[in-house]
Amino acid sequence: MIPELGHYALVLALALALIQAIVPLWGAQVNDATLMRVAPSTALAQFAFAAISFGALTAAYVGSDFSVLTVFENSHSAMPLLYKFTSVWGNHEGSMLLWVLILSVFGALVALFGTNLPDRLRANVLAVQAWIASAFYLFILITSNPFLRIARAPAEGQDLNPILQDIGLAVHPPLLYLGYVGFSIAFSFAIAALIDGKIDAAWARWVRPWVLTAWMFLTLGIAMGSYWAYYTLGWGGWWFWDPVENASLMPWIAGTALLHSAVVMEKRNALKVWTILLAILTFSLSLLGTFLVRSGVLTSVHSFANDPARGVFILAILVFFIGGALALFAWRAPSLKQGGLFAPISREGALVFNNLFLTAACATVFVGTLYPLALEALTGEKISVGAPYFNLTFGPLFVPLLVAIPFGPLLAWKRGDLLAAAQRLIAAAALGLLALATVFALQRGGPVLAPFGVGLAAYIMIGALIDPIERTGLFRAPFATVWARARGMPRSAWGTALAHFAAGMVLLGVIAETQWNAEAIVSLKAGETVAVRGYALRLDGLVPRQGPNYRELVAHFTVREGGEFVDVLTPSKRTFPQRSMTTTEAALLSRGASQLYLSLGDVGDDGAVTVRLYHKPLVLMIWLGAIVMVLGGALSLSDRRLRVGAPKPARPKPTLQPAE
Amino acid sequence: MTRKQRRLALIGSGLAVLGVAAALVLYALKDSIVFFNSPTDVVEKHVAPGARIRLGGLVKPGTLVRGDNLLVRFEVTDGNNSIAVSYTGIPPDLLREGQGVVTEGTLDAAGHFKADSVLAKHDENYMPKEVADALKKQGHWKTEGGYGLAGDSRGAKK
Repeated sequence: MIPELGHYALVLALALALIQAIVPLWGAQVNDATLMRVAPSTALAQFAFAAISFGALTAAYVGSDFSVLTVFENSHSAMPLLYKFTSVWGNHEGSMLLWVLILSVFGALVALFGTNLPDRLRANVLAVQAWIASAFYLFILITSNPFLRIARAPAEGQDLNPILQDIGLAVHPPLLYLGYVGFSIAFSFAIAALIDGKIDAAWARWVRPWVLTAWMFLTLGIAMGSYWAYYTLGWGGWWFWDPVENASLMPWIAGTALLHSAVVMEKRNALKVWTILLAILTFSLSLLGTFLVRSGVLTSVHSFANDPARGVFILAILVFFIGGALALFAWRAPSLKQGGLFAPISREGALVFNNLFLTAACATVFVGTLYPLALEALTGEKISVGAPYFNLTFGPLFVPLLVAIPFGPLLAWKRGDLLAAAQRLIAAAALGLLALATVFALQRGGPVLAPFGVGLAAYIMIGALIDPIERTGLFRAPFATVWARARGMPRSAWGTALAHFAAGMVLLGVIAETQWNAEAIVSLKAGETVAVRGYALRLDGLVPRQGPNYRELVAHFTVREGGEFVDVLTPSKRTFPQRSMTTTEAALLSRGASQLYLSLGDVGDDGAVTVRLYHKPLVLMIWLGAIVMVLGGALSLSDRRLRVGAPKPARPKPTLQPAE
Repeated sequence: MTRKQRRLALIGSGLAVLGVAAALVLYALKDSIVFFNSPTDVVEKHVAPGARIRLGGLVKPGTLVRGDNLLVRFEVTDGNNSIAVSYTGIPPDLLREGQGVVTEGTLDAAGHFKADSVLAKHDENYMPKEVADALKKQGHWKTEGGYGLAGDSRGAKK
């Protein structure tokens, strides 16, 4: 009964989405306020029905109702409750339902918080949102219905893919989808602006919080996915340049560019056409990501969906929305009015520089990801484009961008002074060079890239702090003054500094991990010891254990550093009988931002177990950096001037309307 | 600068960056792409020793041997031809006889394949897509799904 209810709610959500897609759009054309006002109420109702539908599926999973096909295929009654819950989206059908649920959440948020938007804009935005929603509701109902029943219900399910039974994966897809789908708001705003033929600084002000929110979730989602891959796949890699990862990286890069170009548009009313194009491209890349992952055209870690019909359907959605949006852009964009002027050396110029390099880097990832697909489709030749390609293209394009990061906030709007900015950065550059020299001297003949990378990271981190240091008068003024000034500084400026600082942190982590990673791969018997970088790990013994839906073999290691006891590590091998699969559970030991990484291989006939031990210096900086970056975004988002919707003056005068 | 000059400067620098990106892409594509081959491709195309390729197929039953010092030997077959592969390191959890595998490395002069990475990433049929396609081409594709249940895993040595 409950699954049928969920199915029915989904059909009703589609019906509501169709109304929301057509009526407000018509209302905006004929300027009928009643028709336009249909949009917010249908958006809220659509959300309610999508939530009921998702709730029904969740109930089927949590209650282990194996008469539902997807539950049978992806769940097991002995699975811990948490994984019963997360397996709702650990498969194709459920994850698409999550996709539309999040889409409807964003629609409802626009309806709720967009009360200060002009009626026409809000009606058009919500209508475009509903077009996207309708397409995906149809996709789910026609090709991937999660509520299908099996005529004779089996007694037990087939279990969730063991590598997906993990807390990291539990939160990874929802975060990623909040990012992907969040960009649909920017897309809808862009299309609405094109339909209306009107776009101004206020538009950017309304769009920017949504872009920022989506970008924050996407950043977290990517970082989470990377950490998950790092500790579950058993060999300590945190980024594989896997097509599925690239599929999430491309919208992130485009979204980062959009975030910056929207600032120019908001503050200076320039780069309008470009910002609109970026908004369209960012969501298009999100759709492309969905297509790549969901159609099964790729082989990858995430290949749990394989069905040509689905691929063709998503491809059709892709062509319709991207093609349609770009056609509309080509038709309407020339009529948009020119924006403000600026000199090449200025804050605007720096942001253009940022956009140029980000889009170029995004394009190289795009080529590297899709070229093998195109070549195979055209010639049948199968190739793989791996890490060397991306390191060669992505790296050189990101270096100038990283060097430029601290300059941006130090240049004035309209016309900046590069020399003055460079002078203010001298301290950062000097400390960066000092770091370079220190590393160079300390490692003596180590990897060449390491000192330069560390130097660049130090320069970025300190350079990012120059602006707040100067503005608060730190080291010069008395503490109370500094504190007062720090509190008075706009939160968005703090956010910028923090996010840029975080870019340096990530760089530091990446450089340290890739250049100074030490590994030992050996075969050990009980009582034997493996050593790496001053740590000695003794294998005390192997102990079998029974988990809820798996058996595992746990190895006990005693970790000593210079003879001193540090900790006990227990990596294990799990066997899931339901799927006759084995997973490797690595054991991690954090020492500061560095980690020891220990994973097990096979147990030989003689009782010896192969062991992989890594020392990964500063590896945690990669993910800590991502978190700090998101905190920067959150600070910026909490800025009063950037609240969702239009800002209100600090002390509203009751007789006056808030000025825009 | 006039508006026109500024716009030209903007477009010019944009094109310059894109040009650099395109040059990097072409250079990188020339050097770092790796072609996928089935054992039959290797035999028919006379792949040069030392050239970096991906070799994929099924692990031939009865050939998987674990030697000393983490050495693993097995043969990769597509039904018509097989190639002997050696790999040093910990192979992925799912490297098993009769199941699909993709290895990356080089051929030596004697025709042995020295792999520096072994990937056993599978789709629902325990079969990497490239391997499935290659087997279909060789007419050895089994549709009855005798490869076990769904699942995937991945492992490789950097």
